[in-house]
This record gives sequence, C-alpha cells and structure tokens, in this order.
Amino acid sequence: MILRRLLSGDLPRSRVLALILLAILAGLLLTPFAFPGAKALNVAAKVCVFIVLVSSFDLLLGYTGIVSFAHTMFFGIGAYGVAIALNRMGPTWTAVAVGAGSALLLSLALSLVIGLFSLRVKAMFYAMITLAVATAFQTFASQLSEFTGGEDGLTFKVPELLSPGFSLSEHPFLGVSLDGRLIAFYLLVATTLVLFLLMLRIVNSPFGRVLQAIRENAFRAEALGYRTVVYRTYSNVLSAGFATLAGALLALWLRYNGPDTSLSFEIMIDILLMVVIGGMGTLYGSVVGATLFILVQNYLQDLMKLASEGMAKVPLVRDLLHPDRWLLWLGILFVLSVYRFPTGIVGKLRAKSRAKA
Amino acid sequence: MNAATTSTPALDALPTVRPDRIPLLLLPVLALAAIPLVGSFSTWVTLTFAGLAMGMIIFIIASGLTLVFGLMDVLNFGHGVFITLGAFLATSVLGRMAGWTESESLARNLLAVLPAMAAAMLVAGGVGLAFERLIIRPVYGQPLKQIMITMGGMIVGVELIKVIWGAQAIPLPLPVAFRGSLLFGEAAVEKYRLVSVVVGLAVFAAMFWVLSRTKLGLLIRAGVQDREMVESLGYRIGRLFIGVFVAGSALAGLGGVMWGLYQQTVTPEMGGQINVLLFIVIIIGGMGSVGGCFIGSLLVGLVANYAGFLAPKVALFSNILLMVIVLMWRPEGLYPVGKR
Amino acid sequence: MSAPLLQLDGVHTHIGAYHILHGVDLQVARGELTVLLGRNGAGKTTTLRTIMGLWPASSGAIRFDGGEIGALSTPEIAHRGIAYVPENMGIFGDLTVRENMLLAARGAKRVEDIDAARLDWVFGLFPALKRFWQHPAGLLSGGQKQMLAVARAIIEPRQLLLIDEPSKGLAPAIIQNMIAAFRELKQTDTTILLVEQNFNFARQLGDKVAVMDGGRIVHAGAMADLAGDEGLQQRLLGLSLAAHQ
Repeated sequence: MILRRLLSGDLPRSRVLALILLAILAGLLLTPFAFPGAKALNVAAKVCVFIVLVSSFDLLLGYTGIVSFAHTMFFGIGAYGVAIALNRMGPTWTAVAVGAGSALLLSLALSLVIGLFSLRVKAMFYAMITLAVATAFQTFASQLSEFTGGEDGLTFKVPELLSPGFSLSEHPFLGVSLDGRLIAFYLLVATTLVLFLLMLRIVNSPFGRVLQAIRENAFRAEALGYRTVVYRTYSNVLSAGFATLAGALLALWLRYNGPDTSLSFEIMIDILLMVVIGGMGTLYGSVVGATLFILVQNYLQDLMKLASEGMAKVPLVRDLLHPDRWLLWLGILFVLSVYRFPTGIVGKLRAKSRAKA
Repeated sequence: MNAATTSTPALDALPTVRPDRIPLLLLPVLALAAIPLVGSFSTWVTLTFAGLAMGMIIFIIASGLTLVFGLMDVLNFGHGVFITLGAFLATSVLGRMAGWTESESLARNLLAVLPAMAAAMLVAGGVGLAFERLIIRPVYGQPLKQIMITMGGMIVGVELIKVIWGAQAIPLPLPVAFRGSLLFGEAAVEKYRLVSVVVGLAVFAAMFWVLSRTKLGLLIRAGVQDREMVESLGYRIGRLFIGVFVAGSALAGLGGVMWGLYQQTVTPEMGGQINVLLFIVIIIGGMGSVGGCFIGSLLVGLVANYAGFLAPKVALFSNILLMVIVLMWRPEGLYPVGKR
Repeated sequence: MSAPLLQLDGVHTHIGAYHILHGVDLQVARGELTVLLGRNGAGKTTTLRTIMGLWPASSGAIRFDGGEIGALSTPEIAHRGIAYVPENMGIFGDLTVRENMLLAARGAKRVEDIDAARLDWVFGLFPALKRFWQHPAGLLSGGQKQMLAVARAIIEPRQLLLIDEPSKGLAPAIIQNMIAAFRELKQTDTTILLVEQNFNFARQLGDKVAVMDGGRIVHAGAMADLAGDEGLQQRLLGLSLAAHQ
C-alpha cells in the first residue's frame, strides 16, 4: 500500500490519532480558502515550520535520549543563512540555494564538533554545555550586526514567484487571489510534508532502531558492538540539519529574520514543550504538539481574554487568566505531561486504542 | 577512589601527595597579570573590585546549586527562579520602606535592606521546599526528566511571578547610604560593590564553618562523595538533601536581592539569564565542590570585568572562553569531586 | 541452639533487568564469623548489599535479631545495629581520618563525645589511624584505608558487621596485620559476615563458611570441615578459585 510506504510502515496506530493527523493536514491545505485573512495563513505557516523543527528535535530527544538546548542555534543558522544571502545577493533562487546550502554546511560542521566533543559526557553536562554554546551564539549573532542586522534583524525580498506582488491569474479562485504568498504557502506545506516523511523514514530505518536501542540501554548497545558516540553524533548532525532547513523555511516565509524570531531561548522552551506535550519518541507527537501549541499560543489568548474579563472582579483568578499568562497553563500542562503521561498525547491515544483492540 | 585498591607495603608511610592549591593561585595570578594590561592602577583597582563583587554574588547564588548536584546528582535548571523571586520580594519590601531607604542614615538603610534579605531568603527557602517535593522528588535518578521538569518548574515559576508582580521591569534603587563611590587614592570603588564583597565573604565564611566544623557539614561533604556510605552509616541522606536544597534556594533568594540591587532593576527574566553563568561557574569549579564554586565565581567575575574594559566585544564570550580553557586544563573542573 | 542473628530465606534480588540472587538461604550465628566464598559474579556482594538495603530484595525474608528488615531503608537497618564495609571501602577521601571516625560514631556530636576507651582500643588494633588522625583519608594507602573502613564499623558497638573483601588488593604483610585485627575483634563476640575470595585468609578466621554460586548458597557448614576436606575444597572452590585466577 502506498500510504504505508510513504509513512515508512510507521502508521498512527490509533483511529483518533489518524483522524487528528488528517484534520491537521486538511486544515493546513485548506487554510487559505477556509480561513481568510493574514493571521490564519501566518499561523498555518508557523505550524508547518514548527512541525519540521519539533520533529527534528524529537530525533534527538525522543529517539536518542539527548537533551540539547542548542537546537534553536541551528534553526537560527538556517534562517540567517537565507536572510543574509537574500539580503546581499538579491531576491534570486540562487541566493536561496546558497544561503540554505551554506547554512546547512555550517550547522553540520558545528553539530559534528559539538557532538564529538561532548556527547561522551552525561546528559546533564550536555544540556548545560549546549545551553552555554547557544547563549554564546545568540550574543555572537547580535554582535555581528554588519551581517545579521543585530537586534533589529534583516528584512529582505524573496524570489518573485513567492512575493506578494506576483500574480498567477487576474481572477481570484474561490475568492482567494492567486498571488505569490499563496504559492509560497503551498510550497511550504509541500516541503514540510517531504521533510517530515523523510524523518519518518530515518527513524524507522535500521539506523533509527539502533538509536532507540541506545536510548533504552546505552551500555547494552555498546556491548552489542554499536559505537554509541558515533550514532549519537549522527543523530545530532541529522537533527541539526533538519532544524536548519526549518529555519530556512521560516525566513523565506516571513521575509524577515532576527534574533527573537529564530534564535531566542523562548523558542527553545517552546520546542521542548511541544515535543513533550505531543509525545516524545514518535514524530506524530511532534506534529500534534506543534499544532496544538501554536494554536494555543495564537488563539487561547483570545479565549483567556474573555474568561479574564468575566472574572474581572476576582483579583487573583483574573490575573491567572490574563491573556499574557498562556504560557503558565502550557507550563503546567508540560510538567504534568512529564509526570503523568511521558509519552504525551500520541502515547495516550495509542495506549487507548491498544487497550480497545 | 580507584587508587584505593593498590597496596602499599610500608604501613607507616604517608603518600606524599599535597593538597591541591594551584587553583587558589589562579585568582592572584589573573589579577596581577591584568595590571599591565589595564595600564592604570586606579582603573585596575576599580575593575578588580567590580569583578570581586560580581563574583561574590554569583557565588552566593551558585553554591546551593553545586551542593545540590553533588549530593543527589540533581541539577536544578530552575534554580534561577529563586533569584527572580528574591529580587521581586526585595522590590516589595523596599518599596514599602521607601522612607527608610531614602534616609541618609546607614542604620535606617540597613533596617530596610536586612528585612528584605530575610524575607527573600525565607520565602525562597519555603518555595524551595515545595519545589523539591512537587517538582524534583518524583524524578530522582532520571536525568532526562529532571532536566525537563526543572525547566518546566522554572517556566511556571516565572509566569506566577508575572501574575503577582506583573511582567514589567521594576526599578530597585539602592538605599542612599550604598550609593556613590569611595575614593582610595585615585581609584574609585562603588560602595555597593564593597558591600557585596563583604556579604559574599560572610556567606562564604559561614558556609566554610558549617562544612568544616559541624557534623552536619561533614555529612554534607561525605554525602557529596559517597551517598550510599552515608546511608550505610545510618544517616538519612534524603533529609540532608532537602535541607541543602532549601538552604540553596534561600541563598539564591539572597543573591537575587543583591543582584537586583547591583543592576538596580528587576525583571522576570533575570533568573533565567543568570542560569547560564551559574552553570559555567559550577562546571569550572568542579560539580559539587563549594571551594571550586567560590574560585570559579570570582574568576568569572574578574574575567568579565577585565575583558569588559580591555575588549568589550570579547567580554560577551569571556565566560565561555574561560570555561573552555579551564576544562582543557582540568576536564572535570578545578576541584573534581571524587565520586564513588 | 539459639536462633541465628541473621537469617535469609529465599531472597531474590533484581538489579534493573538482571536477576542476580536466585533464592539465597543463609544463616549467621551469633558471635561467630561466617565467611561467604564464591567466584566473581556469584552474588556475594549483592547478598551484602541486599541485607544492607542498598538493593531491595524482590522477594524472600531477611530476619535480623528477631525482626524482619527486608522492607527497611538503609539508615534504619544501620540503626538496628548492622555496620557495612563495602568492597570499595567507602572512605570519604576529602575528610580527615578523624572526621571519618566522627561520622561513623552516630552518637557523637564531636570527637570528644566518642568513648575514649573504645577509641584507644581501635587505635590499638590499627595504630596507623592514630598517627594519621588529622590527615585527609584520601591520602592514606590502600591498607590504611581498609583499616579505617573497618575501624569505622567498630567505633561503636554493633551487633553485626558485613565486610566485603577486606583482603582485596592488599600486600601479604598487611593481610597478616588485618588477620590479627580480626582475631582480636572476634574476642569481643562480634558477629561478622565476611565476603572473601582469598581462601587462605578466610580459613584462618572463619567459624562457619557458606559458598555461593549462580546467586544461590551451594554449601554451608563449619569452616573446619571444609578446611580439612580437600575433596570438598576441590569441588567447591575449584569452581571458586580456578575461575577466578
């Protein structure tokens, strides 16, 4: 069956999960037509970028059992690569390729070095060291303002095909104008799908199974003859590569990049929350987590605003429900996830359908 | 303790291994080396005091973190939240005592600052107790979950701080008597930096006394080296750990007050920003070593200030560079703690 | 005959996914020195650690002095009167000899609180400790560390000592010294369960002997019987020593 091959044999294994995934896919595909307006389109695009980014983080955290806080560094490298290249070389496809390509090379080299030097140490040290490196890189990026635009970031033009000015047809289709933004959006969705299926293939390959064996019992995997450091480093490099591509996609979509959009530690935290809430160790978890998180980030605030106004007379509750406090609730959900359902939403759904079967 | 199993024929001979004092020499060597680089002696004095003050505050904050790690292999990525908490508590206490902080009298200033510090330590310690129970206890011995859960605890903690104090920066002006500088010849030393050095030394002395002169302190040091043996001797390491965790949180709260006064502004993000610095310090010092943490803190403080003067661009990376250099020399930090 | 001080019945211990003890039955009589022999991996150390509560038994009963201790925590077991000298000796290297001894004396807040007569007796057994009283224990030689480890276990009277391979890695001269110390210790009617690989060391001290293999006790009896029966030695310790050498 084609579907099974596309999914590398890793089926959702839960009817509810399959429906959710289908709904996400359909939602993304139909956004321009079903939910008019720039906000909806931006949210959908962000969902796509984060599906790739969070999945790439799950390669590391969920499949290999490594906590890295340097993931946004690679995300940022991808975004800056495209941004700098387009800014300097003008809005051509060559510039996109050069930017993304050199960013990819830089990320691979960096992740290889970090991996070889520090994946031998304990999880705790790796987390600390990557945190320090990522912080240094962020400072570095904002210092090189000549290239990176510093704190202000870079605004740039994208190839004409993707720019809002480009028009495929004079006549709107189903009330939607067929401009470059629409093309950019569908290109983004398609790339996301391809990258996601590629990662799915990787984790379900023999290589992916070794990674999981290492995660479960590094000592035993070593005894079986797998060089754990080598495998961990591969995983680190792959994960960094996909994160870089996600960054490139983000920059292309936003036509802007700055430290806060791709490098900040807040994004790192967001990724961590997404992967854990969605479910570690299964890429579908990343899809669910990223989608849920970004929807909450963008729409829960509206809901909380209503609730907060309703509670205007109760001081503490009002403040707890303040729209800016959305992260509080996701944080609590995150903590509970780690305790109560470490396999996340997807794990829960799968367990449920197993119980029924 | 790998060498323990080798035998020595002569029973009475004491192996001639001297206690390791080289890291101690790093501080004066670094300070002296900076004199010709800085050029002006008075500037050097100013910078040195600034570095020591910063280092002392970092030490106050980081000491608990390194001990908690040493005792239970628990690395609290949420340690920063206690700093933020302490600093915000200080804004509340000092804000209500504006009459006292704006007074010219040192005594009145102290009567405002000391309660602020006490409140910060008390509340941070209490929250630390809850944090240990709710957040850390369920994930002992699971490093991956620990990293995530303490991070999550910090997110929730910071958000709750925003609920109480708001998300904006709050000014935390120094009490009048602490403002301005003292002149030593041509060298100007900010009064508050002197205060920080004094408080830092006091905390270090108190900690040193507890750790070396009391049975409780001996137990903590023994527990850092070999937790199982401490239990086998009949002591409950869990209680010891809770005590250290609470004390560490309280010290972070105190450090938060001092850091807030140092910066004269308090933001909800300040704890998270210092976290990286704390990790660097405890890695440099050797995870679990209080003495190493002290030297590491002062090194970081001094290097940051010298570098900030000599090469401001490099200064932003000076901590990382320092860490890399130290780890190349001693991969487990200045004072590796012998574990099991 | 009175009930044994320590009795293990069908004790199983798992460490992670590994099943180490497969139903250990062991009795340690009051006032005697019982030696636990067996090759590497037979489960000797695991038996001691299980008694001490450092690795919980997954099933079976451990009775000590009339009470069940299988479910107690390590500190509680220590308070019942069991002292433990682990294979790595568990010396606190950053602490001085004096500080190590102070921690071992649970009842003492300060060194002055330690029973002076008992301390003198310990110094008599291990004079090196007195000499290096104020030195960091990490600087002691291997033999001196072993002495400190045993001294810690006896600085206050305990009902049962669990000692894991005290002869390991020691030079013959020091082993003789250690044997003398254990002989004197036996005069005080202390009950001792000693894990050993060194049969010569064991035969000079043991009243009783138990031999382990594959996580079970495969032989238990008087040391004199085993020492006098070369055939039995061959059969039991052939598997014990040959595999080890």
